[in-house]
Amino acid sequence: MSLLELDGVTRRFGGLVAVNDVDLVLEEGDVVGLIGPNGAGKTTLFALIAGSLPPSSGSIAFRGAQVGGWSADRAARAGIGRTFQIMRIFKSMTVLENVMVGSYLRETRPARARDLAEQVLETVGLGELAGQAAANLTVASKKRLELARALATQPRLLLLDEVMSGLTPVETSEAVELVRKLNQSGLAVLLVEHVMEVVMPLSQRVVVLDHGVKIAEGTPAEVSRDSAVIEAYLGDQHAAAGG
Amino acid sequence: MTELSQASVSGLLLGAIYALVAVGLTLIFGVMDIVNFAHGDFLMAAMYITFFVWLYGRLDPLVSIPLAALAMAGFGILVYTVLIRRVLKGPVLSQIIVTFGLLVFMRGIAQLAFTANTRGIPDPLVGPVRLVIGGVVAGGAQLTAALGAIVCTVLVYLLLSRTELGSAINAVAQDADAARLMGIDPNRIHLLTWAVAGASVGVAGALLMNFFPVTPEIGAGFGLIAFVVVSMGGFGSLQGALIAGLAMGVIQDVVGLFQPAYGFAAIFALYLVIVMVRPQGLFGAR
Amino acid sequence: MGLLLFVYPFVVKDAFWQNVAVLALVSASAAAAWNLLGGITGQVSFGHSIFYGTGAYTTGYLLVRYGLSPWVGMAAGCLVAVALGIVIGFPVFRLRSHYFSIATIAMQQVIFIIVVNNKALGAATGIELPLREASLANLQFSTRDLLPYHLIALALLGVSSLAIWLFMQGKAGAYVKAIRDDEDVARAMGVPVRRYKLYALALSAAITSLAGSYYGMYSLFIDPNVVLSLNLSIAIVLVGVLGGAGSLWGPLVGAWVLQVIQEETRVRLSGAGNALDLVIYGLLVMLIAVVEPAGLIGIGRRLARRLPVRRRAVQR
Repeated sequence: MSLLELDGVTRRFGGLVAVNDVDLVLEEGDVVGLIGPNGAGKTTLFALIAGSLPPSSGSIAFRGAQVGGWSADRAARAGIGRTFQIMRIFKSMTVLENVMVGSYLRETRPARARDLAEQVLETVGLGELAGQAAANLTVASKKRLELARALATQPRLLLLDEVMSGLTPVETSEAVELVRKLNQSGLAVLLVEHVMEVVMPLSQRVVVLDHGVKIAEGTPAEVSRDSAVIEAYLGDQHAAAGG
Repeated sequence: MTELSQASVSGLLLGAIYALVAVGLTLIFGVMDIVNFAHGDFLMAAMYITFFVWLYGRLDPLVSIPLAALAMAGFGILVYTVLIRRVLKGPVLSQIIVTFGLLVFMRGIAQLAFTANTRGIPDPLVGPVRLVIGGVVAGGAQLTAALGAIVCTVLVYLLLSRTELGSAINAVAQDADAARLMGIDPNRIHLLTWAVAGASVGVAGALLMNFFPVTPEIGAGFGLIAFVVVSMGGFGSLQGALIAGLAMGVIQDVVGLFQPAYGFAAIFALYLVIVMVRPQGLFGAR
Repeated sequence: MGLLLFVYPFVVKDAFWQNVAVLALVSASAAAAWNLLGGITGQVSFGHSIFYGTGAYTTGYLLVRYGLSPWVGMAAGCLVAVALGIVIGFPVFRLRSHYFSIATIAMQQVIFIIVVNNKALGAATGIELPLREASLANLQFSTRDLLPYHLIALALLGVSSLAIWLFMQGKAGAYVKAIRDDEDVARAMGVPVRRYKLYALALSAAITSLAGSYYGMYSLFIDPNVVLSLNLSIAIVLVGVLGGAGSLWGPLVGAWVLQVIQEETRVRLSGAGNALDLVIYGLLVMLIAVVEPAGLIGIGRRLARRLPVRRRAVQR
């Protein structure tokens, strides 16, 4: 039984097919990168797995259970943790309180939930800022906080939505290290990034989406030689240059 | 049978006014995601303006239509500048309670200044007119109000769909930041939206004054109905407001025919059922 | 603060100020309950008179019809209010922010219309409660000195505030604040959003109902235009917002200020049509929305924060 198994997953919005017949398998301890140009359907696929959206057809199995169409809180309880692309921290709370919302999922007693949250904050390197108002954090720290909140729910699978975007090169390499460290402790990671350079050194496998269709899958080296992938990205760059 | 058609016709006429009152509300919500809880009290203000113009100036409500529209457009601009502009970036709670405070304030002022007395205009120009078709009677005042409401709603619709200002308003409603990049000043558009909303409710007030007496509390009932019409039709949707408004009027009068006490309750119950099934309303985009 | 409120009725014997205090304590309870849902959980209800009315009517009806003790009535009112809250909340919590607020107004209207057309509940006139022997069991006392009324109202506020405080301590507190800040993110972190909104509503409804029951016993008359009206819903929101939405002491401050304004204006400017209190409330709420959403408590904190800074500057 695989950790996560997508079989023929399709999602339509009216006449538009945002995700088209995608298969994907993640095993325990995998780090898989999900890349593709803008509008490729990465965010939609992500939402389908995290339970924010039901699929139009196809099946999504997480540890053997059919999770397609589950609510997001049920998916979180089953062990799927996620971050948000645009940072959406709880503005009225401190850093620690933000993380405790996550740790309460499996620790009902406040003292235990606090311990877990503090531990997670240490892991992501925010231990010193625990008492700060979350709204005052820098962009890089807010991204770490996003990560900490997801980790506090003690997930089996972590979905990271562009956690590296907007970071400086130094911050990016720190974040890459952090994800690697988490993975070494046994956590499976599905990494959505727009920028290929971030995904390549981190992922064992890379899946490429374009116009909702999976156009390539393989090791980072294989994928970056793939002609369909090059074309998709070149087309995107042309479009970007033109726009 | 005649009773039923009579109730349906008066319901339609009443519903047209509901729709016009709702136009301003839906417009403001569509453009800036703000619910003007004081909207019914804007209507009250327009009615008092019309009343006092008649009382001291001996001018018929029909003449007051442009006056009330102009005055309320100005009031809309004032409210936007003094209050709304300052909470647009603030917490949601502030956005909800600011017009709520305005509602309480306006009702208080009206009671202080005009007392709780009911004031009506006994002899409007359109008063004696009556239209009778197949035993169904339509009063001149109601007919004028319905006609005026429909004309005004269509005008606002044309303004939005056919003019450059309309496209600018739509652009700001879609995405204020993107509109700014296109050289549109969202602040100016918001201001104009409040002016248009104020003007439309001004027209509604003047038309209503032909057959409906005004009290300081009148905004409570009409305001509620406007919220219900707008939520049911879909926030931001003009067609939705028109159809829901007409439907509300008919339902209120037809149910009222059989259960006089429950005409009002019926429209709220219907609204609740509809938004439970379709939270975005009948014509809402979301 | 608590001590001050306890000592108050022993010192203040003036009927006017005693009445102000009792009413302020009752409305502080209701506003604290509203605040749990509106200020802390972020679900701005304009229909809280539903629960206030539920308490008043249940207590009054059981007393008049079956001669049941008002204490039993209060407990029964709580249960009915919680049940009603869940029945109403389950569908209405599908709606967000403004949509939710409007739906609560509609709910309030429907229930108001049903009640004023129900003969068993006294229709539009309401229910008059019988005068009984003054005793704690009957929850009626001499009106010459409102001391017992004051102490029970204070106890009521104390119990309510304690219940809310306890609710806020652990998981539930963290969850409802998360829901206010960002519902979608909360859900993604495993928060069953609707269930926790319902918990907050249930507690809020129960406390509001207690306040309504007690108000009914205090005034000995249950008037639908008072205990079940949109105006009461408005007043509850006003008190909560004025003091400071989201804070625990806010409702008490708000209730006191509003009650004083209301009673003062009523005395100074007696006569029908007086609405100066409304004008002042409205101004205050607009001011708070624009200047300081944390209410009078927030303004107080701001001032307090500024003071020590100035002192330090002087020392230098």
